Amino acid sequence: MDTVKLVIDNKQIEVPKGTSILNAARANGIYIPSLCYLNLNHLHIENKPGSCRVCVVEVEKRRNLAPACATECLEGMVVKTNSLRVLNARRTVVELLLSDHPADCLLCPKSGKCELQDLAAEMGIRHITFKGEQSSYRKDESPSIIRDVDKCVMCRRCETMCNQVQTVGALSAVNRGFGAVVAPAFEQDLIKSPCTYCGQCVAVCPTGALTEVDNTTKLIRDLADPTKTVIVQTAPAVRVALGEEFGMPAGTIVTGKLATALRQIGFKYVFDTDFAADLTIMEEGTELLQRLGKYLNGDKTVKLPIMTSCCPAWVNFFEHNFPDLRDIPSTARSPQQMFGPIAKNYFAKKIGVDRKDLIVVSIMPCLAKKYECGRDEFKVNGDPDVNYSLSTRELAHLIKQFNIDFKKLPDSDFDAPLGESTGAAVIFGATGGVIEAACRTAYELFTGKKLEKIDFNELRGLENVRQATLDFNGTPIKIGIAHGLGNARKLLEMVREGKCDFQAIEIMACPGGCIGGGGQPLHHGNSEIIKARFNATYEEDKNKPIRKSHENPYIIQLYKEFLGEPCGELSHHLLHTTYFDKSQLDITIE
Amino acid sequence: MAKYKYNVLVCGGTGCQSSQSALILENLKKEVAACNLENDVQVILAGCFGFCEKGPIVKIMPDNTFYVGVKPEDAKELVAEHIIKGRKVQRLLYVDPETQKHIDDSKHMDFYKKQMRIALRNCGFLDPENIDETISRGGYEALGKVLTTMTPNECIEVIKKSGLRGRGGAGFPTGTKWEFASKSVNDQKYVVCNADEGDPGAFMDRSILEGDPHSIVEAMAICGYCIGANHGLIYIRAEYPLAIHRLQIAIKQAREYGLLGDDILGTGFNFDIELRYGAGAFVCGEETALIHSMEGNRGEPTFKPPFPAVSGYLQKPTNVNNVETFANIPIIITKGADWYSSIGTEKSKGTKVFALAGKINNVGLIEVPMGTTLREVVYEIGGGVKNGKKFKAVQTGGPSGGCLTEKDLDTPIDYESLAAAGSIMGSGGMIVMDEDDCMVNIAKFYMGFIVDESCGKCTPCRIGNKRMYEILDKITKGQGTMEDLENLKYLAEVIKDTALCGLGQTSPNPVLSTLTNFWDEYVEHVVDKKCRAGACKDLMSYQINPDKCKGCTSCARHCPVNAITGTVKQPHTINQSLCIKCGTCKSVCKFNAIEIK
Amino acid sequence: MAKIKSLADLRNMKSDLQAKIKLRENANNPESMVQIKVGMATSGIASGAKEVFNYLSEELAKRDIDAVVTQTGDMGYSYAEPTIEVTLPGKEPIVFGYVNIAKADEIIEKYIKNGELVEGIIPVNYRKVE
Repeated sequence: MDTVKLVIDNKQIEVPKGTSILNAARANGIYIPSLCYLNLNHLHIENKPGSCRVCVVEVEKRRNLAPACATECLEGMVVKTNSLRVLNARRTVVELLLSDHPADCLLCPKSGKCELQDLAAEMGIRHITFKGEQSSYRKDESPSIIRDVDKCVMCRRCETMCNQVQTVGALSAVNRGFGAVVAPAFEQDLIKSPCTYCGQCVAVCPTGALTEVDNTTKLIRDLADPTKTVIVQTAPAVRVALGEEFGMPAGTIVTGKLATALRQIGFKYVFDTDFAADLTIMEEGTELLQRLGKYLNGDKTVKLPIMTSCCPAWVNFFEHNFPDLRDIPSTARSPQQMFGPIAKNYFAKKIGVDRKDLIVVSIMPCLAKKYECGRDEFKVNGDPDVNYSLSTRELAHLIKQFNIDFKKLPDSDFDAPLGESTGAAVIFGATGGVIEAACRTAYELFTGKKLEKIDFNELRGLENVRQATLDFNGTPIKIGIAHGLGNARKLLEMVREGKCDFQAIEIMACPGGCIGGGGQPLHHGNSEIIKARFNATYEEDKNKPIRKSHENPYIIQLYKEFLGEPCGELSHHLLHTTYFDKSQLDITIE
Repeated sequence: MAKYKYNVLVCGGTGCQSSQSALILENLKKEVAACNLENDVQVILAGCFGFCEKGPIVKIMPDNTFYVGVKPEDAKELVAEHIIKGRKVQRLLYVDPETQKHIDDSKHMDFYKKQMRIALRNCGFLDPENIDETISRGGYEALGKVLTTMTPNECIEVIKKSGLRGRGGAGFPTGTKWEFASKSVNDQKYVVCNADEGDPGAFMDRSILEGDPHSIVEAMAICGYCIGANHGLIYIRAEYPLAIHRLQIAIKQAREYGLLGDDILGTGFNFDIELRYGAGAFVCGEETALIHSMEGNRGEPTFKPPFPAVSGYLQKPTNVNNVETFANIPIIITKGADWYSSIGTEKSKGTKVFALAGKINNVGLIEVPMGTTLREVVYEIGGGVKNGKKFKAVQTGGPSGGCLTEKDLDTPIDYESLAAAGSIMGSGGMIVMDEDDCMVNIAKFYMGFIVDESCGKCTPCRIGNKRMYEILDKITKGQGTMEDLENLKYLAEVIKDTALCGLGQTSPNPVLSTLTNFWDEYVEHVVDKKCRAGACKDLMSYQINPDKCKGCTSCARHCPVNAITGTVKQPHTINQSLCIKCGTCKSVCKFNAIEIK
Repeated sequence: MAKIKSLADLRNMKSDLQAKIKLRENANNPESMVQIKVGMATSGIASGAKEVFNYLSEELAKRDIDAVVTQTGDMGYSYAEPTIEVTLPGKEPIVFGYVNIAKADEIIEKYIKNGELVEGIIPVNYRKVE
C-alpha cells in the first residue's frame, strides 16, 4: 500500500495514501475535536461535509486553515492541530454555533449526550462573544421523531443517513444563509413527508435537533394508576444492546437482567416479543407455503417473491415508494402488532382484565414502532392493541431513574404464557434472522421432514444484499436479503422490473437489522458494536433449548385454545393487515 | 450632400463641462455667427471623448483635428485660423510626450484611448442573432484552425503562453486549468461555461452573451477539443432571458452549419452544448456549487480537492471557465499568444471588462488593458465623480472585494496589485463612491448581501457573517462600542481563515478594507455617534438654521408628525423626539434653512 | 442551411459574406444605402431600444430611405442608452446616445438625410482589435 509521511504536532507519522488528517491524527493518538464528521464504517460511508469547521488545523504553506476531516494527508505536510491560531478559530466557531443554539440544556432530551455540549465543555466556553438573533422554527412532533430545528447545527449527518443510506429523501438542507436548516421539502412536518420513522437520523444527530418521542413519563403515570394493568413486551434486539447503556461491553446478553429490571419498574407481567415472533413465523411461514404451493402448482395469479413484513419502517417505505408492489409483502403483522391483539383478546380474558384497563407497552430498538402503534388498523374502537412503545434508550433512562443498579441485577425469566420463545424468535433482531426462522419452520412443514441442520449459515452475514438458494428436499428455494432501505430499494426495483427470481425476500430497514435500530444505544458508526450485537444474537439462539417456532409449546397451546390454525379466520382478523398507497404526499405550501 | 463644410464638436462630457465647455460652445457659436458662417459651420455638443485629463476637447471635422485644453477665449482663434484660414492652431494640439510632436490628426491618436476591446470585440458590432455576421468577422476560424492544424496540447500551450487567467475573479491560469482537465483520464469529460454572474452591479458576462454568443460557443468547442470533452454545458441564470434566447439561437445556428454536433468541419471532432438554468444564487458562481446545482442538487460548495478537473459534473473531469475567459479564447488562437501577452502587465495579461457604476458620470461597460490605473478608469473613462462631488472610494470585486481609496488610485489593475491594495480583481464589478456614501453603511450593505446569499453550509459563513452584519447594524444605529469594532475585526479574520469556500473566505473583505481605510469613520459612528455622510438615519438630525429660516411655515404644514413648531415670520424649530427623519421639511423649504447635522 | 464541411469552406464563406456586405454597401445606389445598428442588449432594451428600433425601421421605409436597421449587442455606454450606430455610405460610423423617438426623428431628418451632425454623438473612446 502506498503511504505518505507527514508531521503532525512535531510527530513523524506515516499513513496510507488517501488518509485524512483527522484520521491520521486519531490513529496516532492526537486528538482533534470535530462535530459534523461521522465515520459510519459499518456502512462504508463517511459523513464529512467539512461544514462545521471545528476540526480546522494549520497546514504549513496553506493560506487558510484546513478542515482535518476533509483534507487528505500529503507527503511532507506539516500540520499543527493546536496552534494559537487554530485554538482561537476553533473556539470562535464553537462560540458561533452556541450563539445560534438554544441554551435550554436543562430540558433538552440530549443533555448529557450532546456532542455540542461536550465540545463547549471541553473548550471551557463560559461566555458567548458574538450574541445575536437566534433561529426560531416550529417544533415538529411526529408520532416517532421530534424535530427541534432550532438545535440543528447543519452537520448533515441525518441527511446522509436519510438520503445516501436509506434513500428515503425525507430530510435535506433547505433555505439559505442564516436560515439554512435541514428539513423535509417545503419545510413540511415529517408526517407529510416520505419519512419511514426508521430513526437512523435520530441515531446520528449530535444535538437535540432530532430526538425520539419520549414515552417514559406516560409510562410512569400508567404504572402508578391502580386501575390499570400494565404489561410489557420486549423485542429481541433490546437484550443484546441494553447493557451498553450501563457500561457493559457491546454484545453482552442481558435477557435475565432485563426481565428483572422490568419487573422492578413495576410491570405486572413481563412478556417477550419473541413469543409474538414465533407466532409471526407460524403465520408468515404458512402464508409463504400457501403461496409457494399454489405457485408450484402453476397458479399464475400468485405473486412471488413473498416479502417479510415485520419492520414498520420497511412497510412505510414501500407504501410510499412502491405502492404498486404492496400485494407482495406478507400480510402478517409485525411481532409487536401480533403481541398486542393476543394480549388484549386472549391474555386479558385469561386474567380477567377488561381490554380498556390493560396497557400494553413495548420496548423496541426502533422508533418506527411508535408510529406503528398508532396506525388505525391496529386499534379497536380507538383503543390501540399496543398502547405505546419505548426505545432501548428510553428504557435505559427509565432504569436509571428507578435507581436500579442494572449490572448487579439477578437474572429472572419472562412470565408465561406470552414470555416463552424459541431461538428462531431471538434471531429476528438481526438481518437474515427472520427469513432463517421462517425457513426452519417452512422446511419441516413443506417437506414433512425434521430439519437436521438448524443453522442456515448461508443466510447470515452483514453484507448489504445477500442471496442464497436453499434445498427444500429437492425444491430449490431462492432467498434474497437486504438491510438498510437503500439496499431494499435495489431489490424492490429488480422486483418491479421483473428481474427477480427470488421466492422470498427479507428486508429490514436499519443497517444490520433491528440490532442497529434507530432506538438502540448510539453506536457512532462503530461497526464493531454492530458485529458484537450480531454475534450475541446468534449466541442467544444457540443456547435456546427450542430453536424452531412451531415447537414453542405456548404457541401450540395458543392455536389450540384460541386461534385454531395458522392463517385461519381468527388469525386473519387479528394477526394480518393490509397496506396502503401513500405515494401521494399531502403537501400544503403556505 | 453634407450641408456643413465643418462640424465643430465640443466635448460635453462632465469633466469638460466643469472646465467651461459650455462657454466654449457658446463662444464658438457666437464666433461662427459673427463671421457669417452659420450655413457652413455647425457647432455641436458631443459626448465624452474619454480624454478628460486633457479636456476640454474640441474636435473639428472633417479634418479630424483634435484640440486639447481649450479655453473659452480660444474660440475666436479657432474659427479665424482653422476654419477661415484652414491653418491648425498648433498651440492647442496634443503634444506627444515622447516625441514632443504636435499631433494634428486624431486618427493617429489611438493611444489616448484607455480602453481596448478584446473580449467585447464584437459587442455592438454584429447582429448576435445572425451567425453569418459572426462568420464574416472571422467567427469560428479559431476553431477551424485548432481542429485542423493543432494538437490539443499545442493549443493548451498557446493558452498557457498567452498568460490568460480566469476572469471570474480568482485569476487561475486558464491554460493550466485546461491542462489539468486534459490529463484526467476518463471516457467522459465536460466543458462548463459559468454564466452565473452574481456580483451586485456586474453585467459584463450578460453583455457578452447577448452581444457575441458565438464567441462562447466557439471557445467552448475549442476547450472541448483540448481537454477531450464532447459535451458542453452553459450554466446561466434564468434572470437572463435575452442572453438565453440569443444563446439558444446561436447554438441552433451553429448546429445547422455543422459548427456544433458531429464531425465538425470534417475533422471528426464532435461537440455539442446544452443550457442549464440557475435560479440566481450568488454562491452558484463557485464552481463546485455550480456543478452541484447542475446535477440537480442543492447549490452549495464542497471542499476541494477533488477539483472539478478530476471529479466534477457527474463525477467526471470537468473544466469550468467564466464567460469572459471564454470570450478571449478565439482571438488568442487567431492572433497568437505573443500578441495577447504583449498586452497587460507582467503577471496579468490581456484586458479586463468592468461594469463601471455608482457615483460616476460615464456609467457603463468598459474594457481596459491590465495595468491601467484605477485613476484612469475613474477620471478618464468614467469621466469623474458625478455632480462634482468628492471621490471617496472605489469598490472592486463585489462582495468578495474591498473598498480602495484616493491613496490607491494609482494602483494598476491587475490581480496582484489589487490584492496587495486590499481588494480583488473579482468578476468585474466596479462601484465608485463619493462623499455622500457612508463606508460603514456600504460594508453593511455587502455583508447583508452575503448573509442573504450564503448557502448556509459552513458555520463561519452561516452564523459568523450574520453576527458581523448585526454588529455593523448596531454601529450604524449609534449603538456600537469600541469593543464591537475589535470584535468585528477579530471575527472577520476568523471567517477568512475558516470558511469553506472562496466566497465565504472573501466575504469579510468589504468590512476589513473599510476598517483599514476608514477606521476614523467607524470610530465616529461609535464614539461621536455621527455619520459624516449623513447616510445613517439614526445618527443624523434635521435642524433649522435660524439665520436662514424666514418663518414661512411651509415645513410645519408639511411635517407628517407635527414635529415642527414656530410662529409665522419667526424661525421654526424641530422637536427631535418627534422627528421621524423623513426629509419632507428639507424638500419643501425654499430657503435651504433645513440642515442635516 | 448547408453544413460547413471544412475550414476552407468556412473561409470561403467568410469572404463570400464579406463580399456580399461590401456589395450591399456599394450597391447600385451607394449614395442612399444607410446602415443602422441599434444596441439591443438588456440595458438597451430596458431603456427603450426596441421602440427606437421599430421606429427607425418603419420611419425609414415610410420616408423612402434605403436603409438596413439591425440589432446588435451592448456598446458599453450604459449612461447614454439607448445607443445607435449610424453609418452613412462612405463615412465613418457614428454612435449616438440618448436616442429616444424624437432624437431618432432628428437623426433621420438631419444626419441621414442631410449629413448634418446632431448632438448626442458619442466619440469612440476605445481601441479596436481587428
